[in-house]
Amino acid sequence: MQLTVWTYEGPPHVGAMRVATGMRGLHYVLHAPQGDTYADLLFTMIERRTERPPVTYTTFQARDLGSDTAELFKSACAGAYERFKPQALLVGASCTAELIQDDPGGLAHALGLPIPVVPVELPSYQKKENWGASETFYQLVRNLAGPHALPPGAERIPRADGVRPRCNLLGPTALGFRHRDDIREITGLLGQMGIDVHVVAPMGATPEDLARLGEADFNVVLYPETALQAAQWLQRSYRQPFTRVVPIGVGATRDFIREVAGLAGVDATALLEASISRMPWYARSVDSNYLTGKRVFVFGDATHVIAAARIARDELGFTVVGLGTYAREFAREVREAAKEHGVEALISDDYLDIEARIIELQPELVLGTQMERHVAKRLGIACAVISSPIHVQDFPARYAPQMGFEGANVIFDTWVHPLMMGLEEHLLTMFREDFEFNDSAGRSHLGRHLDVVPDAAPLPMADVAEPVAAEPAQSASTDAIPAKLVWARDAEAELNKIPFFVRGKARRNTERFATDKGVNPITVETLYDAKAHFGR
Amino acid sequence: MNAPVPTSRPAADHDGLPQRDNENCGPHAVLRDRGQREVFCGLTGIVWLHRKIQDAFFLVIGSRTCAHLLQSAAGVMIFAEPRFATAVIDERDLAGLADVHDELDRVVGRLLERRPDIRMLFLVGSCPSEVIKLDLSRAAARLSGLHAPDVRILAYSGSGIETTFTQGEDACLAALVPGLPAAEAAPAPHSLMVVGALADVVEDQMRRMLVAFGIPNVQFLPPRRSRDLPSVGPGTLYLLAQPFLTDTARALEERGAQRIAAPFPLGVEGTTLWLNAAAEAFGVSPERFREVTMPGRNRATQALERYRTELAGKRISFFPDSQLEVPLARFLAREVGMVPVEIGSPYLHRQHLKEELELLPTGPLLSEGADVDRQLDRCREDRPDIVVCGLGLANPLESEGMTTKWSIELLFTPIQGYEQAADLAELFARPLIRRTKLVA
Repeated sequence: MQLTVWTYEGPPHVGAMRVATGMRGLHYVLHAPQGDTYADLLFTMIERRTERPPVTYTTFQARDLGSDTAELFKSACAGAYERFKPQALLVGASCTAELIQDDPGGLAHALGLPIPVVPVELPSYQKKENWGASETFYQLVRNLAGPHALPPGAERIPRADGVRPRCNLLGPTALGFRHRDDIREITGLLGQMGIDVHVVAPMGATPEDLARLGEADFNVVLYPETALQAAQWLQRSYRQPFTRVVPIGVGATRDFIREVAGLAGVDATALLEASISRMPWYARSVDSNYLTGKRVFVFGDATHVIAAARIARDELGFTVVGLGTYAREFAREVREAAKEHGVEALISDDYLDIEARIIELQPELVLGTQMERHVAKRLGIACAVISSPIHVQDFPARYAPQMGFEGANVIFDTWVHPLMMGLEEHLLTMFREDFEFNDSAGRSHLGRHLDVVPDAAPLPMADVAEPVAAEPAQSASTDAIPAKLVWARDAEAELNKIPFFVRGKARRNTERFATDKGVNPITVETLYDAKAHFGR
Repeated sequence: MNAPVPTSRPAADHDGLPQRDNENCGPHAVLRDRGQREVFCGLTGIVWLHRKIQDAFFLVIGSRTCAHLLQSAAGVMIFAEPRFATAVIDERDLAGLADVHDELDRVVGRLLERRPDIRMLFLVGSCPSEVIKLDLSRAAARLSGLHAPDVRILAYSGSGIETTFTQGEDACLAALVPGLPAAEAAPAPHSLMVVGALADVVEDQMRRMLVAFGIPNVQFLPPRRSRDLPSVGPGTLYLLAQPFLTDTARALEERGAQRIAAPFPLGVEGTTLWLNAAAEAFGVSPERFREVTMPGRNRATQALERYRTELAGKRISFFPDSQLEVPLARFLAREVGMVPVEIGSPYLHRQHLKEELELLPTGPLLSEGADVDRQLDRCREDRPDIVVCGLGLANPLESEGMTTKWSIELLFTPIQGYEQAADLAELFARPLIRRTKLVA
């Protein structure tokens, strides 16, 4: 039993819904109690979908438990087939229906419907949303494309000369972070390389489209969280190779182009030589000097976290001070990335752990999910969203991909915008006591006044009446600062002359310095000794 | 259920097809249907109850789905530190590898340690906890033993298999009733209890008027703080402020309290009749009643006038949601001249709605517990000017060219009483006005 305040992922059947809702011509019959229909609003409200998700819920109630819930499931299946006339039916159970063990797959097959019925078993008490999406997509692909698979040992027939290579784009779903725009961006990029997109799936695909996935030369895996398992199966069954590089960021996009060129046998030299993205120049323009060494914390799903950390360090000159993921399925990949950045990965889906780590690290920018957006907002730290879970504002009306060269442009704007502008930062530092132009007045270009700019960390969960000004952030830090460390009044005042966006770091460095040197209380001298010791 | 769609209104008495009757609903025909119900479960009530009772914490014993529902229904993380959480049951609990009661004790201990400000803890049952027959009442009694007197621990079920949306509040309030202090027995009524969560501002307005009538000892359930629980006994008269409180009413009557029958305080007329029912029960003179209520009545009547122009003659349909549908339709029909076409409600409580149904004009179809697909067919055929529905249906209907009002807003907005009568009308006028403004 785990105490959960907010969750990064929904139950696995919501993952199945993301796949089903992204597709066309598929209907999902979900054995579920009354109330589970709440999941519809994720799609109609957060993503502003104009149609209800293609899901029929049995919505059984207590009185049905005494009679025949299996019969209810069968009539719901038959009714959904009659009403919606789908090309294929997906059937499964939500967490409560799993407990009553009605076997949706067997019941649906017994109806003898004239369409393929794909059962998905999603263990709700063990797995979560992304796993559910991946498993559902895999089962759909296996069931629908399986009948046409190559016999064991057979090789693919090579593409005829003069025929344009073609690939499938795998992974985008409903409710995905910028999936809509990533598809367009990558389709355009592949087009520039002379490669056609055969099927995009699950988003936009019909069950019939899934049946012809094997006709493409190779697969592009845009989101391994959803598509890796299916791509591995397609490789085994159709000898279709698939891409490993996820094209988020300029560097990764260029690597992706090279990888795809190799798989498709095309020459991409011209495309690689053309400098299509503005991001590299913007990052080199003098104005961007102030981005140097900004301390960032990165958290989200594995794909976006690994990509974001690389962009942060290699393309914007930030320092990655921490990174992590809620997706345990990809913990290994994220740990490897963390090692490369010289930090320890945080693998957790307890939002309080992530909040504690942010408080401990005092980053200047948080790149995270909507959870981290809330944490950062409360702590007065700049934040940009890079990954699901996301909210309605992360489905912008404009074209805003994350992938490809345009995606890199979007990322530059999105990440840099919340930060203090270069000259403004200097002026704030120089004239600390200007009554109008100071940090508690908020950033001028953001049009919003911060109510509080806490540099002393609030305790998570607990109601804290008085701020713990003389104590460092409470955290599970291994090099915890002894709580008895005291700031002299004038040192505290001097600390407050440091702009808020670096004040946390200054406090932390000074306290570490004082602890190492055995200095207590901290004086103005200690503050400047620490500054000299650590540099900016 | 989910049988092929009839294109015309279904005939009665077909097996599996919707049935019409007018059992105990006066002159109104009632369509009873079964099938997919697009409604929230009772857990959703936590979203407002945890704001209402300021020192209470709601711990759902459920699945990740329950946690995800609360997060989604709560408008996603409005509150940095909500006073609700979910103890997510996992495989180990189900396989018996962990003793569920030990696990629950551990979770509750950890929670109360982190939140020493909590005085009342509700263990809230869910679909999975009901299906595995986890006895939360027993757990609450055991945990109360451990944490009394600092924290009172109660249990109720907000599961979807037993409760629909607002019935979660009913279950919560009903759980409070056995623990209410006993009022002294007296031959005459000596206290009034207003039952059902109201916005604080509405509660204050109502209290001012009821006190001005000279009614002794006016109390509210739920209270804003758990130590202010109202007392109850044979001398207590109670007045329902919400139409969905079946079990709470029953529990209060078991404690000797008696219900004052009245329509619900929506609109000028509803508020007046509601207040008047209380006034009459306590022998308040008509002069006194007029004196106290006239300023509010006049203000509200005047304020409603402008919305009457916007709304009169507009046809409206309701999808089942909160059980507020009948009182809302009555208000909109009688006070601003709207024309109800279909009034869907998850459940029609014949007795509590008696006064409402008497006021409701005949004509609209009353439907109870509809099949969402079949009701959508009826709605597309009826083409009302505005549809009141849940968040899962609103955008799809808007994209079909229909104007909608999110029903959940009617629970999250102060709508009862005189001062809110025009606000309530405005909630329906806004989507209609907006549609006329948008020309692109």
